[in-house]
Amino acid sequence: MLLREVDYARPATVEEAISLLAKYEGARPLAGGQTIVNVMKARVAAPDVLVDLADLDELRTIGFSSDGLLEIGAMVTYTQLMGSSEVEVARPILAEVASTIADVQVRNRGTVGGNVCVSDPTNHLPPLLTTLGATFTIQGGSGERTVSAEEFFIGVYVTAVGEGELLTKIGVPPSSGSGDGFAGVTIGKHGTYIVNAAATISGDGARIALGCVGATPVRATAMEERLAGSDFSEESIRSAADGLGASLDPPSDVHGSSDFRRHLAEVSAVRAVSQAAERRTGA
Amino acid sequence: MMDAPARSRAISLEVNGEQIEMEVQARRLLVHFIRDDLGLTGTHVGCDTGNCGACTIHLDGEPVKSCMALAVQADGAKIRTVEGLAAEGELTPLQQAFNTHHALQCGYCTPGMLMSATALLERTPHPTEEEVRYALQGNLCRCTGYVNIVEAVIAVGGSA
Repeated sequence: MLLREVDYARPATVEEAISLLAKYEGARPLAGGQTIVNVMKARVAAPDVLVDLADLDELRTIGFSSDGLLEIGAMVTYTQLMGSSEVEVARPILAEVASTIADVQVRNRGTVGGNVCVSDPTNHLPPLLTTLGATFTIQGGSGERTVSAEEFFIGVYVTAVGEGELLTKIGVPPSSGSGDGFAGVTIGKHGTYIVNAAATISGDGARIALGCVGATPVRATAMEERLAGSDFSEESIRSAADGLGASLDPPSDVHGSSDFRRHLAEVSAVRAVSQAAERRTGA
Repeated sequence: MMDAPARSRAISLEVNGEQIEMEVQARRLLVHFIRDDLGLTGTHVGCDTGNCGACTIHLDGEPVKSCMALAVQADGAKIRTVEGLAAEGELTPLQQAFNTHHALQCGYCTPGMLMSATALLERTPHPTEEEVRYALQGNLCRCTGYVNIVEAVIAVGGSA
């Protein structure tokens, strides 16, 4: 397909990338391109300048910060997450969920930064990173700032990354005995989610976030409160999920009505919490 | 000195072992560069939306969908297309197995299937059925001839 005319630049450093994004109106970062190229084909968006991050090797690393945080560069691909020994040690749920995103070809190109910066409500990583308590480091012309998932995801296709800024890395606390779960219902085996849910159970209780039911991940706070001090038996998880669907206002579309999504939200949350409970090692 | 953004870029890449230098428009999809600029029409455009995998090639050794990449993104890369498999004119064991097991019906998806399965066999020489199906998830066969395709790939691993 013939795309609209676009300018292209391939900076060699993060600073150059940021100055290009700040200087040119209509400039957009190009990470793996697994969303933006299709969006450009459909002419849903038509960036004037693509700033290709391909040469920014410092964004492709996975490592640990001095205080033990798992740090994932924005240009790390799903395939890289799946093969990372650091991820396997610190937070294996990230690799597990990445392995269910689309297909091999997409996982080879698609990046963690792209997944979250697109902020598509059906994406896998936003609810997961919300329950994991991830932090997002955004660099701009005047320095860098780090925000929480709640601050990062602002709306459909909108994040805290402003014009002339770039998401550089995501920090994830290591699991230290907590259990993580992820569940949902997709269109086709590894297709788009109709509803998904992520859950983390640690000493302080459960954190649960739902995807596809709002513009950004929705925390199931009432269910979390009901699970405080719970034995996480199947019965207690199920009863804690009662009324979760009714508290939501999900969209209706060709894949599911609003009511169906309310139902799936409860089912998905129960499955995610049950999985997380089984996986706790520090309990 | 930082390069200013431009409508086109002189790219240099290796395609099936041959060094290519060419000026391409930034908006040109990699699949069109391969088919129309290089004349390698074995790589097919199926859905052009990133779903079907008919356009699968190897970019630096990994299968990717060439309709979801710009040609300029391949600057400096090594590409292998389906034409690069039987470079000496002799079918690879996988290509031969596709023939033996009747893994082609209309043949439209075959180049992409071959590239995805070749990548799998390079990493996992003796794949299980589950591994084959997982590796081919991004390749659609609208003749629904998956059974023979999967058998062909498994046969290559089993005969090695």
